[in-house]
Amino acid sequence: MKHLLSIDDLGRDGIEEMLSLAENFVEVTRRDIPKVPALRGKTVVSLFYEDSTRTRLSFETAAKRLSADTMSFTVASSSVKKGESLRDTVQTIEAMGVDAMVVRHSSAGAPHRVASWTDASVVNAGDGRHEHPTQALLDLLTLRTHRGPALDGLHVGIVGDVRHSRVAHSDVKAFHALGADITLVGPPTLMPESLEGWPARVVYDLDDVIGNLDVVYLLRIQLERQSEALFPSLREYTARYALTAARAKRLRPDALVMAPGPINRGVEIAAEVADGPASVITEQVANGVAVRMAVLWSLLGSGGSIV
Amino acid sequence: MPAQFDAARTSRDDPASDRVGTGGALVLRTRVLDADDVRRALIRIAHEVVERNHGPDDVVLVGLYTRGPAIARRLAGAIEQFEGVAVPVGALDVAFYRDDIGLRRIQPLGPTQIPVDITGKVVVLVDDVLYTGRTARSALDALTELGRPRAVQFAVLVDRGHRELPIRADFVGKNLPTAESEDVRVQLSEIDGGVDGIELWGPDTGMPGSDARSGGSGGSGR
Amino acid sequence: MSDGAEIVIRGGVVVDAGGERTADVRVRDGLVVEVGSGLRGGRELDASGCFVAPGLVDLHVHLREPGDEEAETIDTGARAAARGGFTAVVAMPNTDPPLDDAAVVAAVLARGAGSTCDVVSSACITKGRAGVELAPMGELYGLGVRLFTDDGNCVADAGVMRRALEYARSLPGAVVAQHAEDPALARGGHMHEGAWSSRLGIPGRPAAAEDLIVTRDIELAALTGAAVHFLHVSSARAVDMVREAKARGLPVSAEAAPHHFTLTHAACAGFDPLFKVHPPLRTRADVDAIKVGLADGTIDAIATDHAPHTPEAKERTFEEAPPGMLGLETALALTLTELVEPGVLTLADALALLSWRPAALAGIAHRHGGPVAAGRPANLCVIDPAATWEVDPGRLASRARNTPYGGRKLTGRVRHTVLWGEPVVVDTEAQR
Repeated sequence: MKHLLSIDDLGRDGIEEMLSLAENFVEVTRRDIPKVPALRGKTVVSLFYEDSTRTRLSFETAAKRLSADTMSFTVASSSVKKGESLRDTVQTIEAMGVDAMVVRHSSAGAPHRVASWTDASVVNAGDGRHEHPTQALLDLLTLRTHRGPALDGLHVGIVGDVRHSRVAHSDVKAFHALGADITLVGPPTLMPESLEGWPARVVYDLDDVIGNLDVVYLLRIQLERQSEALFPSLREYTARYALTAARAKRLRPDALVMAPGPINRGVEIAAEVADGPASVITEQVANGVAVRMAVLWSLLGSGGSIV
Repeated sequence: MPAQFDAARTSRDDPASDRVGTGGALVLRTRVLDADDVRRALIRIAHEVVERNHGPDDVVLVGLYTRGPAIARRLAGAIEQFEGVAVPVGALDVAFYRDDIGLRRIQPLGPTQIPVDITGKVVVLVDDVLYTGRTARSALDALTELGRPRAVQFAVLVDRGHRELPIRADFVGKNLPTAESEDVRVQLSEIDGGVDGIELWGPDTGMPGSDARSGGSGGSGR
Repeated sequence: MSDGAEIVIRGGVVVDAGGERTADVRVRDGLVVEVGSGLRGGRELDASGCFVAPGLVDLHVHLREPGDEEAETIDTGARAAARGGFTAVVAMPNTDPPLDDAAVVAAVLARGAGSTCDVVSSACITKGRAGVELAPMGELYGLGVRLFTDDGNCVADAGVMRRALEYARSLPGAVVAQHAEDPALARGGHMHEGAWSSRLGIPGRPAAAEDLIVTRDIELAALTGAAVHFLHVSSARAVDMVREAKARGLPVSAEAAPHHFTLTHAACAGFDPLFKVHPPLRTRADVDAIKVGLADGTIDAIATDHAPHTPEAKERTFEEAPPGMLGLETALALTLTELVEPGVLTLADALALLSWRPAALAGIAHRHGGPVAAGRPANLCVIDPAATWEVDPGRLASRARNTPYGGRKLTGRVRHTVLWGEPVVVDTEAQR
């Protein structure tokens, strides 16, 4: 595998191999010296066209724990001079000699474009509404530690702004690849315009399914969606779609609560639920580094084994 | 020979990497050790480990994947039988410490699991075959990041020679002179199925008596 | 032009609105002087195995001058047009400054004069293409403008569109041409809204954005009695509504672009902005409906929407890159390969859509679109229907390279183009 641009690049076997690899790195991250010399002499650059300190730090930590050199190129979109194309930027960075580019961009497909212009490996760290494959992998790794390797028949509810969510795109593909049944929950204005090809069903009333879910995955609600007339008010959204304490009581006893973070406490999830026993939200963050180590190792160190 | 003998192999010292070996099919030359020989060799090594370290108390056995952890568990079992002490057993994966990363396909072979703090202990690294010494070197690096042992020793079932680094084994089950074109194949029942045994395979020279079956793609001891 | 020089186009089959006949064509002093058999003399152009047709007419071309001469100039665009068999193109007004002012239109016409293709200027409906105040349509009409459009922008305000149509009734032959996409629905979208946009995470532009404006402007045509032309129709429903409007006897016309009958939204799967265009590439059903509309006469013209962009402009993400693709040098071959060869259209139908029907819409039928007859202007193209070729973006005459058809094998090619008696393209090569 040369690039990780989409969950589609992996398939079921590739996902499983990547997760097994990530488990090796979980062990590494728990050591007193959580670092291996695996990628000595390799250079990983994070090319972020969108602010995301959390994701950038997670990737850079992963690279450093593999002993790679890291560079960071953060571009507030306002400061990109008109006239410098994305290709110019990529080729300038490539000229410095890099082995991998971790690309975050507000436009779908930006990492695909970058991959077409560079010999370096490209990792998609989130592109517009399209995908966020490493988030899906870390979600699966978290789920696996609680539910074992196969998710066959597991009922996952993804709740909230699916339409604008790259996390939802990648999660639906990844959960489905491992055998989960997926229900998307939210108002029609936040569902994909077309569900053709999506291995998921849609339900508009969270209370209809809350008691049947093994996993509740709460997407972050972007506060500006209200001004786009996608829902009437945060108050109404919370009333209909938030995982409130009252709704959490109706969850199955072994159900898990997940969220990609950062969460809006009191909006899509009540604070006591986010911090409650069913929540694995902090584990997700911890698994992020191990998953990204696995991805960087697969692309740069393993000799091209996965897929 | 059981069919799974070949199929079960996972290669740490990949044939394409350390040495330029034979490209063609290999045939069985000799069965070097049978199951009883393996058992006796391991019991002897267990005794030597205890003797060298004046008892088992500070010893930690750390096996190198793929077959090292299984051999380490057998050594621990033997020590427990005659000393009545359960020696800690760990497993070490050296993939991320190898010196040929990027030159060939490398994947971790199992999770690194060290059950005790190794600082101040005597760590006995355990592997099936000692060949170029590059795996052992990787293991020394890996150990360094897990703690600071008082001493590190090395136990192997077979030493087949052809070292590329200044590394030697402290405990050897069998010294086996080989040609680089040959392949040492180790079978352990709990990893490979079947019965224990060690075989020497080599290129088909057309000599009478050589087994006509073709070999697999190289075992861990080649 | 070409004073005194005589050429004879020999050995071809002449085809125009009157039908087909094997004949040679003698041209002198910018006019066809003789059509007959066994003609000799002057410079001879070989047309054996070819059709000799009226030059093609493109209602919809972005020449980018003034304002974006890095992408295309009137000169390079005219050369691309000539290689594509076009002898007249209508230049779109979304230049910088826009063609909403007599001085700018006059400058474009002056720059176009003497190039390798007749450049006809359109002009804006509203000042600055802002959709608020009417441009000086009467003054622009006086310069010869017949086609008014804010192309690139839709005239979204129904009241403004109504006034433009009413006003145009005082300008005989004027056509108000609409880029039919309601910005309230299309804004922020970059491709057809549907299965692929949802899958790719690219914000969509629904077909309903087009359908709403088409249905609205048909009613405005009924209300005002003025002629409405729909630029680049791309949705099946829009084709149906145009067909119904024509059945009602309303003064409605429509054009379709080659990319809308050859490509679907699936082409966007690789996130390559070469496939980004407004209105967007749509579904297979829409493509099929465009073909039906072309075959049954609902759609009046094939127009390229030739939209050059610099490589830098397209070396961005799909969402950030500007919409538009080249069309002039591939339109005829795509029509022959995708419509004539499979039997959707006859060759005569195809040429009607590419030549005499758009010539009439543009108000230039006295100069372009045939017939090929003595005394008519010698604006001709010679088409080799059997020539196969592969589209090589590096070998286009256009200054830009943004064709979505790079590497595609096509059948049918323009061998020669004659403009006012001058062979501007000979054996597929531009002569100046």
